[in-house]
Amino acid sequence: MSPSDLQDFVLKRPVNAPLDPPPVYATLREGSPITRVSLWEGRAQPWLVTRWEDARAVLESPSFTVNPDRGAPWSLSEGVVQGSRGFFSMHDDPVHSLLRRTLTRDFLVKRIEAMRPGIAREVDELLTAMTKLPRPVDLVKHLALPLPSLVICDLLGVPYENHEFFQQLAEVMMDVTRDGESLAEARRTLAGFISEQMEAKRDAPADDLLSRVAAKVDEGIITASEAADMCSFLLFAGHETTANQIALSTVALLQHPDQIPRVLGEPADVANAVEELLRYLTIAHIGVQRAAVEDVTIGGVTIRAGEGVIIAIHVANRDPRVFTDPDRLDLERANARRHLAFSHGIHQCLGQPLARAELQIVLPEIFRRLPNLKIAVPMEEIAFKQDTKAYGIRELPVTW
Amino acid sequence: MRVEVDVPKCVGSGQCALLAPDVFDQREEDGMVVLLDESPPVELHDAVREAAVVCPAAVIRLVEQ
Repeated sequence: MSPSDLQDFVLKRPVNAPLDPPPVYATLREGSPITRVSLWEGRAQPWLVTRWEDARAVLESPSFTVNPDRGAPWSLSEGVVQGSRGFFSMHDDPVHSLLRRTLTRDFLVKRIEAMRPGIAREVDELLTAMTKLPRPVDLVKHLALPLPSLVICDLLGVPYENHEFFQQLAEVMMDVTRDGESLAEARRTLAGFISEQMEAKRDAPADDLLSRVAAKVDEGIITASEAADMCSFLLFAGHETTANQIALSTVALLQHPDQIPRVLGEPADVANAVEELLRYLTIAHIGVQRAAVEDVTIGGVTIRAGEGVIIAIHVANRDPRVFTDPDRLDLERANARRHLAFSHGIHQCLGQPLARAELQIVLPEIFRRLPNLKIAVPMEEIAFKQDTKAYGIRELPVTW
Repeated sequence: MRVEVDVPKCVGSGQCALLAPDVFDQREEDGMVVLLDESPPVELHDAVREAAVVCPAAVIRLVEQ
């Protein structure tokens, strides 16, 4: 089959269905569940996996690598230095586990629970500031983007007086209109800032991530440069993703106003609603990438060593074999938790308990504090981010 | 039901501890799974089965008797 016969791997969604994956993928999922697609105008032809069961099979299999040097198809994330062990999502075990385990203590379910009052405080401050602004107000700029970067500051242990500086740096790095040089400058500044913070923790260790990571550097488990990369990685990984999910969830809920009471209900109901929104929205719309390191058979198809695979988790999350009436947002869906929005396998999102906590706190508060919340522009005019690595919304003018 | 966990495969996601806190906990130093009860009571079986399904690293093995 020549590259021109292959379906292009597309991201863009039709204007009338911005919260569903591009329609062609449902057709593939039903008819050609594991099939080649064309990427970068035919320069690559990875396999595309669209069913939930096959997605999990690939992600659980030791026969695949995440390493771009070994064939994993997608281009590197902005700001990622190829090869740096600090960006451990691009390394296989044992390097991946070695690096990841320096952080897992800070993402213990118990520890994240302990962060909830602090998150609630930040939400409250941001919403209070928002209510003082003339309407319409951009929910992305004033709540969805700042909240996760403030929360990461808390997690890392960045002192409160440096929050604003950290926030501004994070904002520059999210700004797609900036040129390459000013982005590179911001990244260098961030790496320098993180290194300074770690130095300060050596003299005065605290019960926070930066202190623990600084201790690992002293133990010789990782280098100072890897530690700085890891902390930058945490910021990249947890900032725009969470912001996008907050903004998209707000839109999705406003499209289903009869279900909004669920996010104003009991904690268990809110938690389930958040899982369903994660499933329904699955912002990682470029999928999850792997390459086979040996010949392996998945779903009856043999993938040869060196071949790339894109696992379309947003499409797998709409698999009717697992989720009844999958294209319906149903905040009471009993098996919503089986979604793959955080991926699956050993690289599953490290930050997921933190993302969940933020969403479980911020979404109810948005609807509680901003009664009669409305989007101030028609749906067709909302600036969805069609071609960024994480699907989201550039700005969301709201009024109440 | 008998529960077994393959600790070296664990990545510390904590989903099991969230779903069935009487059966699974996380090790303080690195978040790895700690099996609290290898023969959980029947009212916890559904939660344990769910934990086994959602575990990202397929660490939980259930022997249903």
